[in-house]
Amino acid sequence: MGERTTIDARGAFCPGPLLELIAALKLGQIGDEFDILSSDKGSVTDIPEWCKKVNHEFLGTTEHQGYWSVLVKKAK
Amino acid sequence: MAKQILILGGGVAGTIIANGLCRQIRQEIASGTVAITQLSASDKHMYQPGLLYVPFGKIRESDLFRDQRKLLDKRVAFFVDPAKTIDVEGRKVATDSGKTFTYDYLVIATGSRIRPDLVPGMAEGADWFYDLDGARKLRDKLNDFQGGKVVINVNAPHKCPVAPLEITFMLREFLAGKGVLDKSEITYTYPIGRLHALEPVGQWAVPEFQKFGIQSQTFFNTKSVDATAKTITSEEGVTLPYDLLITIPPHSGQAVITDSKLGNGGWVPTNKQYLLREGSDNVFIVGDTTNIPISKAGSTAHFEADVVVDNLASLIKEQRWSRAYDGKVYCFLETGMNTGTYVWFNYTTPPNPGPPSQMIHWFKLGYNRLYWLSARGLL
Repeated sequence: MGERTTIDARGAFCPGPLLELIAALKLGQIGDEFDILSSDKGSVTDIPEWCKKVNHEFLGTTEHQGYWSVLVKKAK
Repeated sequence: MAKQILILGGGVAGTIIANGLCRQIRQEIASGTVAITQLSASDKHMYQPGLLYVPFGKIRESDLFRDQRKLLDKRVAFFVDPAKTIDVEGRKVATDSGKTFTYDYLVIATGSRIRPDLVPGMAEGADWFYDLDGARKLRDKLNDFQGGKVVINVNAPHKCPVAPLEITFMLREFLAGKGVLDKSEITYTYPIGRLHALEPVGQWAVPEFQKFGIQSQTFFNTKSVDATAKTITSEEGVTLPYDLLITIPPHSGQAVITDSKLGNGGWVPTNKQYLLREGSDNVFIVGDTTNIPISKAGSTAHFEADVVVDNLASLIKEQRWSRAYDGKVYCFLETGMNTGTYVWFNYTTPPNPGPPSQMIHWFKLGYNRLYWLSARGLL
């Protein structure tokens, strides 16, 4: 079981939630999970779409009050 | 015994903090109650945004540098002796020369560095302008360039978020001026599904790229570069041929951060309002070195530094906090050799770039000169 890291990218306009995830994944180990908190609704589709393209595992999205939590596992 | 404020890093943030504190706590320094020391890896202070102009011969190299000792207030003790290990529990820093500096307050402003070594083949096959040697090498190649496929490749994370678009637009004009644009094709790659991290900037760039015939490949996360075959390949399975590859390499923080176990990738976990290291009450992190999800930009470092100056001075003089950092970032964006725009935002206000103009380009050129007043804490 890998480590889980929370990336609080709420209110982050630049570089934004997906780029923060991309940078964090490079530093992680296979099996690590990343919980990205985002107030940007676009992340809800962007992140799963990107995971599919590069074969990381998208674990799901949870909607909270004013933000979303998107969970990804580093798969390679 | 004097309270010691130790500043690691002689870039924009470290220099503004040193100079700003000398003004705000001048009485405490004069009475010997507080002392300020700065450690840097270089005796020179470089204006990094000026590197953008080097490949096109638009700036003299000497304009990029000032003596750090002369930029700093004379009341700051300055040593060209970078930190080797940082012991936050022991409140001390060991340097490359073997000295040890203890502190009451520590400011870590060690910046970031390019890491082309993190992508197989990138160091051998690509050019960049993010350091002086790279910018010079690219300048020579551009002088000899007679047309062909140019790929401008962007990797995350990197500092100066707008520089990839700036180099693209400036390159197009440069090639036109050289008379080889009609024999060239420019392709810009970006890691996410649009042309820039900032959505309004990415949207603005779409018709600009179309107008100038600049190709793009989004969702391009670099896997490797083949310097012999002259191709670059993405994790998404796309391979692009090139005659000239200009990359914005992935970055990391400085080795001292990872060696001291202060942050994965060299980025220190930092409170986004008060800029304290998570878990510390006397260690401030400023500029690129933070892990805050914010632009790694000179303006970010500058505005963060102003907040740290106010807070450190207030803590020393009044034992209270002064203010929080509101996330402000302000970036000029060159849209060619003669036009520019700007974009600003903070934690609560989204970006809204205006139309490019010659006047804003001139402001940017003016700021390239006025920067040294910012470093002195005067602007």
